[in-house]
Amino acid sequence: MNHAISDALVITKRQLLQLSRVPEVLIFSTIQPVMFVLLFRYVFGGSIDTGQPGGYVQLLMPGIFVQTVAFTLVATASGLAEDMKKGLIDRFRSLPISRGAVVIGRTFGDALLNILVLAIMATTGYVVGWRPTSGILQITLAFFFLFMFGYALSWIGIFVGLSVKDARTVQNVGFIVTFPLTFLSNAFAPTTGMPRVLQYFAEWNPVSSMVAACRQLFGLENQFGATANSWPSQNPLATSLIYMALLMLIFIPLSIRKYKNTSA
Amino acid sequence: MKTVEAKHLVKTYRNGEVKALNDLSLDVEEGTVLGVLGPNGAGKTTTVRILATLLKPDSGSATVAGIDVIKNPEKVREVIGLSGQYAAVDETLTGWDNLVMFGRLYHLGYKKSVDRANELLERFDLVEAAKRPITTYSGGMRRRLDLAASLIVRPKVLFLDEPTTGLDPRGRQDMWSVIQELVTGGVTVLLTTQYLEEADQLADDIAVIDRGTVIARGTSDALKTQVGGEKLEITVDNADLAKTQEIVTRVSGHSAYVNTRTVSAPVVNGSKDLLEALRALDDAKIHPLDIGLRRPSLDDVFLSLTGHVAEEISAEPATQKKGRKK
Repeated sequence: MNHAISDALVITKRQLLQLSRVPEVLIFSTIQPVMFVLLFRYVFGGSIDTGQPGGYVQLLMPGIFVQTVAFTLVATASGLAEDMKKGLIDRFRSLPISRGAVVIGRTFGDALLNILVLAIMATTGYVVGWRPTSGILQITLAFFFLFMFGYALSWIGIFVGLSVKDARTVQNVGFIVTFPLTFLSNAFAPTTGMPRVLQYFAEWNPVSSMVAACRQLFGLENQFGATANSWPSQNPLATSLIYMALLMLIFIPLSIRKYKNTSA
Repeated sequence: MKTVEAKHLVKTYRNGEVKALNDLSLDVEEGTVLGVLGPNGAGKTTTVRILATLLKPDSGSATVAGIDVIKNPEKVREVIGLSGQYAAVDETLTGWDNLVMFGRLYHLGYKKSVDRANELLERFDLVEAAKRPITTYSGGMRRRLDLAASLIVRPKVLFLDEPTTGLDPRGRQDMWSVIQELVTGGVTVLLTTQYLEEADQLADDIAVIDRGTVIARGTSDALKTQVGGEKLEITVDNADLAKTQEIVTRVSGHSAYVNTRTVSAPVVNGSKDLLEALRALDDAKIHPLDIGLRRPSLDDVFLSLTGHVAEEISAEPATQKKGRKK
């Protein structure tokens, strides 16, 4: 137990070293969200009338923040699948290191990357007119929510990465799953315009709760689609917290057990 | 003392459809090298994975340095080194980064990890490549680094899973001398290989495995006697095939075996028989494309021990086959 954290940090450090050796990874993982901010802001922003003071970008930014941290799941999973395939996980498992250190280390690394990505996006957002109106405390809390959401999802990524053996499959499947999941929400458009079934789905989608929670914390009145009187849209902060806690309660033990019993 | 002992290991995959290990038992005496020889799919890697705590057997038991691998895997990990078939190091990092990382994971602390990394890089002739990413390494360099990573804490038992598969002859020679040096240092080694020659060079004792079980066990000399001696092999043009077969049969005293354009038969007098065959060929005005004495190959071992050829081997990619027949 005394080594658990230091072992995990060695793995995290390895991931940061990787990033410095292959800077393309870092560049691409930051370019994509920046591109999304610019595209949505200038392609849709002009034609979507939200009645929101400050324009569409105020509603858009929380959506893109959540979407981007949701993609952590794919990054974590594919990174781990790659290590499995290369035999690196076997080597780690043959070492006298604490159980779980390898996967915990990876979630730390992805979390650090998320901090950087969020900072870059916030800056881009500011440049294109995003102005949160709440206080500094609430804004900080919003970013903490985003950070924790990404962290919780990266545990699903660990589980997926250990279950699937090919990194490319993970990439493809990951995007096929997370893309609609982030769009079937209130992130970019009101859920009220969706067919009834999708509306229910969107209302209960953790992405929607997170987006609504962030909007609230950034000081927005308009919940952008959280019009139904469902519990999650009434209580986005609580719902988000419950979702995050649930994800971690389920996937942390599941992933660590999977890691222990896994074999490539 | 038996440093490694496996008893009645059974392991099946895909719900019992594939039997990887079928009541496999083996042991390694302290300070010796056991070569586990067998074709692809014989169960070599599965055996190593079980002994290295990466895989649990369906039944059976095993101890490494007296520690039960199933009940006490954490303790086993403290005394073993594992160097796998695929170089299991982080390819994006440098050799130095890798060794320091593994040192820290063995809880050496930063300073000691650095010292040990430098020491190992020196020893394995990787100093110049130390600060380059592994992606720039040759196959042989990767294997050496992988081996170095498994030696960070001077393990009691070293598992080498096909340490030279896929290497060119030069890389294989280098790897052999590195392993030989280690063995002189007194570490107990379990080495798997597809190459009889490799087991011959490195192992004190050889266990031949086929279809998940040990089918023969002994020193390489003992096995070779069991397999039979050298073989005379002559490759000729199609037109000369019949005549050559006649000559080889006469020299050998056994009926010669023809495979496409190669005629072969076991011989007992080595070079004397070779010369006799050459003279006979010359008299018959046959110019062989290739002629030589071949040491018994893994195929021969299998043929003589099991009565069937190691069929998995024929399914191997062509490049590996070439490497095997040296």
